[in-house]
Amino acid sequence: MSKQINVALIGNPNTGKTSVFNQLTGLKQKVGNYPGITVEKKEGVCKLPRGVKAHILDLPGTYSLNTTSLDESVAVELLLNKNDKNHPDVAIVVSDVENLKRNLLLFTQIKDLKIPAILVINMADRMSRKGISVDIPLLEEKLNTKIALVSTRKGIGIDKLKELIADYKSLSTEQNVDITVIDPGYFKKLKEAFPNEDLYKLWLVITQDVNFMPIEKKLFKDASSFATKSKSELKRLQQKETILRYQFINGILKETYKVDLAIAKGFRASLDKILTHKVFGYIIFFAILLTIFQGIYDWSGYPQDLIETFFASASSWVKDTLPPGVFTNLIAEGILTGIGGIAMFIPQIAFLFLFISLLEETGYMSRVVFLMDRLMRPFGLSGKSVVPLMSGTACAIPAVMATRTIENWKERLITILVTPFTTCSARLPIYIIIIALVIPEGNFLGFGYKALTLMLLYLLGFGAAIISALILNKILKIKGRSFFVVEMPNYKLPLPKNVAYTVWEKTKSFVLGAGKIILAISIILWFLGSNGYADDFKNADEIVTNRIKTEGFSDFNQTSIVNELATYELALKDSINRNTYNLNTSALSDSLAQKQAFLEERAISQEISSYKLENSYMGYMGKAIEPIVHPLGYDWKIGIAVLTSFAAREVFVGTLATIYSVGSDEEQTIQNRMAAEINPKTKKPLFNLASGISLLLFYAFAMQCMSTLAVVKRETNTWKWPAAQLVFMSAFAYIVALVAYQILK
Amino acid sequence: MIITVAQLKKGQKGIIKEFSDDSLPIKLLELGCLPGNEIELVQIAPFKDPIYINVNGSHIAIRRETAKLIELEIIEDTPVL
Repeated sequence: MSKQINVALIGNPNTGKTSVFNQLTGLKQKVGNYPGITVEKKEGVCKLPRGVKAHILDLPGTYSLNTTSLDESVAVELLLNKNDKNHPDVAIVVSDVENLKRNLLLFTQIKDLKIPAILVINMADRMSRKGISVDIPLLEEKLNTKIALVSTRKGIGIDKLKELIADYKSLSTEQNVDITVIDPGYFKKLKEAFPNEDLYKLWLVITQDVNFMPIEKKLFKDASSFATKSKSELKRLQQKETILRYQFINGILKETYKVDLAIAKGFRASLDKILTHKVFGYIIFFAILLTIFQGIYDWSGYPQDLIETFFASASSWVKDTLPPGVFTNLIAEGILTGIGGIAMFIPQIAFLFLFISLLEETGYMSRVVFLMDRLMRPFGLSGKSVVPLMSGTACAIPAVMATRTIENWKERLITILVTPFTTCSARLPIYIIIIALVIPEGNFLGFGYKALTLMLLYLLGFGAAIISALILNKILKIKGRSFFVVEMPNYKLPLPKNVAYTVWEKTKSFVLGAGKIILAISIILWFLGSNGYADDFKNADEIVTNRIKTEGFSDFNQTSIVNELATYELALKDSINRNTYNLNTSALSDSLAQKQAFLEERAISQEISSYKLENSYMGYMGKAIEPIVHPLGYDWKIGIAVLTSFAAREVFVGTLATIYSVGSDEEQTIQNRMAAEINPKTKKPLFNLASGISLLLFYAFAMQCMSTLAVVKRETNTWKWPAAQLVFMSAFAYIVALVAYQILK
Repeated sequence: MIITVAQLKKGQKGIIKEFSDDSLPIKLLELGCLPGNEIELVQIAPFKDPIYINVNGSHIAIRRETAKLIELEIIEDTPVL
């Protein structure tokens, strides 16, 4: 049996490390988290020549092994800890050809750890355009390594890389730089204190800022035998080390790396001029945002209709095909409607991730950071907060994790606290369905009212985030130095493969993650909604039939029967007049009578099912909380949906789908069913402008997501902040929704 | 008078002087902000902050307050755009 080779991919951000990873592993990859921390862990399997297999681990991007963040220390810990099961047999250092000098800093550090290292020089296709030439054989000799010249865009060099990995045992493990020269006396003492340890490794452990594995530090508990250094002395030494490494690198590159500066400039400079312009820059940014919202609302409508119809017909098919019984009902009403409720929103979520990954891939996102930093600072935020706030429109969980790039703790904490206000994709299902119900058709300057309302809700989310940031900035008393450093990568055409992987990966994890909760809740709700203990529930058919006999249909059903019949008659007569149908008067009244019978039957079954629901377990629960939600314009059914969506917002629509479909014989789309719902007191549609806006506002502000709370707890390392978020956001949402409903009703 | 990166005009270049202060973040050094290296001011954001520099081939954006920590000797013959 051949053992798998452990390979670690490491490199600076923006070097195309992920593209190399995608090329090596294809779809055989898995995204998870490192145990106990929220750093994303990407791993995959790659088939190498001669039947060898490699386990590839994509480490978080880092500029060096001098760690300043948790992401970076993950990479360092893995390289230092020989006992880790993922400790690499070979490290692949990915660099891009234009920034080779800076990338080599990291390479020499890894080489000095005596881990076999292969250098990948990526983006080789840009070399001639940028006037760059590299003497690969000489560089290999100088760095004492093997180099693969790769272009992930053109798919060149990957086979050579695989060959090199398979042959990793022939790589030299000699060090590049002897760092002990920066302070010979200190390192000599260190060597005396720990004769068995590697000096460079010791040095890294000593200087590490962030440390999540206490094992290594224990080493120094009884370290009285050597003189410890103060923090600033260590930092001075780190500076010296960096300078030493650059001297080594500059010496090598002088002989091997040529760049013709005249060719290099141009495109980037002129694009920067426009995209970071004080007027055009903001206009372009705003136009891009508007396009994104239009895309989410309009373009994804077509696939969405298909999915909605599919699930409605699948549910009817199950009912017609399987023998009637509890199990069939569970599948048709509980499971299928629940899943359908979430599957409907896949197109929107995919669109959103598509846009975000396009902006990241092209390098435009960094320009947004540059453009926005000064504007964000008065609010206690940083330009880098823009990225979390924008990814917050996809999901607050990765967004909260993305705040790690913010170096200043106060700016970071404020960003974490306000990010859940931004409109995440889980709110989208609710917004879309409520907007479709209560906002009228029409358009303004070519943008539909509905799309504009959606845009407004997004702006409202950003507004709430910004204003609370301003308040937090005044309240929080945290001192800290701010080091704002953003790399401005070159503009690149996005690689379709990378974009596709991102969209696929993020959509999948959203749907699966949310899907589990939704499925479970749907089944529970179905049970609670289709069972009851009281006699009222058991004798529902009889009670309702009797009531209709004596009192007639409910007002809403009466008018809707009359209206539908009139429309039907008009259509029939119209067809007769145009000679499409040839009907005599008695045939006409026959078919009208038939239609009326059908409509009445439908009304009866609807009234029975709603009576049943009212007297089910769920009905009792809903009634119990009705006093709380009533002032907001909700009935007990919406109350239930609000309650269940406490775990996750996306459950709201699934819940309503389950509640409304329980017991109804005719499959209707959720939206039509909601539109038909009437308020028993006012006898008007329950979802009107006032209650709709109240719901929209409630969901815009409420902290309805347990996963976000968990991530905030992990990132801030205390329950204080998530608890504060929960209390303040929920209270604020309730008050705003209350005021809005009372004014509008 | 001490000249720092914060005083550069767009398109102007300078050479980084030896710095004694260790308040400069190590990350900047790793990106190539080292004594003797050439630094060019590429772009200034609207509202004059942050600034966008090219140092040692690295294109990075830093805030003005950080730029004030990097002392320079201006290369006189660079044309001011």
